[in-house]
Amino acid sequence: MADSTLAAIAPTVTPLKMVVGKSDTKPTWCPGCGDYGVIASLEMALKKLQLPPEQVVIVSGIGCSSNLPQFLNAYGFHGIHGRSLPVAEGIRWANHDLHVVVTGGDGDGFGIGAGHFVHAMRRNVKLTYIVMDNQIYGLTTGQASPTSMMGHKTKSTPEGVIENPIDPIALALAAGATYVARGFSGDVKHMAELVANGLQHRGFAFIDALSPCVTYNKLNTFDWFRQRIYKLESAGHDPKDIGQAYARSLEWGEKIPIGLFYRAERPTYEELEEVLAAGPLAHQSTGLLGKERLLEEFR
Amino acid sequence: MKEISVRAGGQAGDGIASVGDTIAKSFSRMGLHVFGLNSYQSVIRGGHVWFQARAGAERFYSQGDGCDVLYALDLQTAEVHLPTLRDGGVVIYDPEKFQIDPSKIPVGVSALEVPTLALARKHTPQSILQNAAGVGACAYLAGIPLPLLHEAISDSFGKKKGEVVDWNLACAADGYAHAQSKRPPHPHAVALAGPPKMLMTGNQAIALGAAAAGLKFLAQYPMTPASTIMHWLAAHSMETGVVVKQAEDELAAIHMAIGASYGGVRAMTATSGGGFSLMVEALGMAGMCEIPLVVVESQRSGPSTGLPTKTEQGDLALMLGAGQGEFPRAILAPSSPAEAYRAAVQAFALAENWQTPVLLASDLYLSESSATVELAEIDFKVPIPSLRLEPGNGNGHSGEYLRYRYTESGVSPRSLPGQRGLQWTAASDEHDEKGHLISDVKSGIPHWVAERKRMMDKRMHKLEGLAREAEPPVQEGPAQADLTIVTWGSTIGPVRDAMKILAAKGRKVNLVHFPTVYPVHHERTMALLGAARRTLLIEANFSGQFGRLLRTETGLHLTDRLLKYDGEPFYPMEIVGRALELLDGR
Repeated sequence: MADSTLAAIAPTVTPLKMVVGKSDTKPTWCPGCGDYGVIASLEMALKKLQLPPEQVVIVSGIGCSSNLPQFLNAYGFHGIHGRSLPVAEGIRWANHDLHVVVTGGDGDGFGIGAGHFVHAMRRNVKLTYIVMDNQIYGLTTGQASPTSMMGHKTKSTPEGVIENPIDPIALALAAGATYVARGFSGDVKHMAELVANGLQHRGFAFIDALSPCVTYNKLNTFDWFRQRIYKLESAGHDPKDIGQAYARSLEWGEKIPIGLFYRAERPTYEELEEVLAAGPLAHQSTGLLGKERLLEEFR
Repeated sequence: MKEISVRAGGQAGDGIASVGDTIAKSFSRMGLHVFGLNSYQSVIRGGHVWFQARAGAERFYSQGDGCDVLYALDLQTAEVHLPTLRDGGVVIYDPEKFQIDPSKIPVGVSALEVPTLALARKHTPQSILQNAAGVGACAYLAGIPLPLLHEAISDSFGKKKGEVVDWNLACAADGYAHAQSKRPPHPHAVALAGPPKMLMTGNQAIALGAAAAGLKFLAQYPMTPASTIMHWLAAHSMETGVVVKQAEDELAAIHMAIGASYGGVRAMTATSGGGFSLMVEALGMAGMCEIPLVVVESQRSGPSTGLPTKTEQGDLALMLGAGQGEFPRAILAPSSPAEAYRAAVQAFALAENWQTPVLLASDLYLSESSATVELAEIDFKVPIPSLRLEPGNGNGHSGEYLRYRYTESGVSPRSLPGQRGLQWTAASDEHDEKGHLISDVKSGIPHWVAERKRMMDKRMHKLEGLAREAEPPVQEGPAQADLTIVTWGSTIGPVRDAMKILAAKGRKVNLVHFPTVYPVHHERTMALLGAARRTLLIEANFSGQFGRLLRTETGLHLTDRLLKYDGEPFYPMEIVGRALELLDGR
């Protein structure tokens, strides 16, 4: 009955400390893709925290960027389009000893998966969510995405996009996210720091990673961003002030801020779920033997 | 056979459910078999709702036909249900509220006027107390001893004490005494029959069975008639140790359950047809990634929103075909709360042993009707399936672990996050033994074309194991019969009751029932049905979906059918009527 799932599988020998690194599968992204910068920053952050690969799960949906989990030697879950967050939440609740990282694209996260995005943030589940935002659908060869800018001509919008793009930062703030940041894949070190801090954050950490598509987005290129980005930490921004964070989130055009917009302290969902106070669910006992009093209400 | 059916009806918000619960519970505490049917509408206040408790010392399996005591809280109830009162029946009503046209009262039925409002006013102007007086009168007519009724009423208030409880007890006693002063009990009044039995709904039994089988995580989105699974587990979360998550939608619910299962706990989601439609894509992912999962699909009348509070078996074709491409699955269809408990336990074993989704097909009739169960039928000592894990090797190298290793059974030992050196990536894309994608740079290359086929074969091979391990069809009644009735799921209840009536008429009728709908157990099906003289397929849907499945899988064609899709459960006499038509060649 005391069938604790993981207790019996502790390693018998203590090996050298392994940390997360590359797997034996090479990335299949186009040469020059922004996603290379994002995976490099994620690897750097995981290494900085010395996380062992078996304690990390990387979850994704579908899209170019969602291929990421297989390229690192951690546990992975490469699921279906738009549903990475609920899978990741389930994993966290099954075993909250694990570090769960979620990676995906703007279509996956802000389009088909937008509902899950909002709810995961209001729950403050401890997840690190990195959206490789390239403002285009890449794997399906170049249609408009939820973050494509007004007027952007794509295969699905030959006359230009005629709807307002989603502002992921403002949306995250409104949904109650407790860690909201934006990185740029052209600045790997800076993004690695945002990710590392996100991994250590108490709750949901959202990192909007500007990650240009070199094949299908000829508008929002590396150069386009380089001419516009500036760092919030060098601009006197106070990430504790949600008002300031909102104001900065609206900046998109001549100037685009990167860095930490907002950070707040709030209990995580896992901390508030009473059943989890007894430890990770996967380690808890199962079954109802000895709990026959549950039947009293039926008599 | 001495048995009695008590029916109470009124508007939603009148407290019919608690009237019904009190009477049903009193019966089950008398040691009687009970079947409680709850008929309601998709409205919170108003409309017409009714509840019926059937009770008797002899075993039965459905709500039966007609009733003996009718407590009408409004005129509509009287008008709708008077024709269902059997000979000797009694209608209870309060003439202060409405009058019943004497010409509408059937021959052999009598009226009992009970001043429920006046009795309630002795204590409080709140009219809800009138129900207690009505319940008292019902109890008297049905043979429920007053102390037992009092106990049931007290218990319905839980730990609450005080004047409201006292008023209810007093008012019930007044109603009881009033009825006693006016007439003898109903001739079918029941008597104490033994030690108390347990009374539970199909959904409560599913929740219990799942928790007993090791469930640790339930994610669900509210939808009738599946919601009460979540309600029961949420109310007992700490005692059972099950985390209950109300998700933002059914898409999230099933993905959370899949994530939790991947993370190392037994997980489940529950919904009805509409929510299940949203879960379809994820079901295929669980099949593809070989992740154990239990999904309860409690069917209601479709299509679309349909009749949200009415029953049907219309989603079988959906469950069979849910998901693009092909992957192994099992569909279990329990028929009573006791069977639902067993099926839930079995669903977890099958899901774990074969690392694939298992569907538990219920319907509103099973999920929300209550029935008595024996203690032995809800035994918590059930096998909790092992997770079939690869032993951790602790060498720190993930190079050699093959998550999807080809095996004879099609099942490969899995590893859980936290197990050192056994990291793998679950992929909804086609993959090789290691779990590496063959969808991108490998697909179409001859070696990988063969790998793809092998991996499909590996997964689909599990169907053979599932068919072996799942419960085969069963036969009830005489081995040789002039008519064989074929059922799946909850419809067996009214059919069993109908068979009793047919047997009493000297008719040779038997029954072949399928507790597992899929995979079809070919051999046993042929043995039971191949030589049947004449068959009658009974299903609660328009097109005979199970008959179609049987024909596809076995070539058997069940030509005679009784199909019902009006939202109401089958009544035994409908089945008797159709069976006699066939037997007498009409």
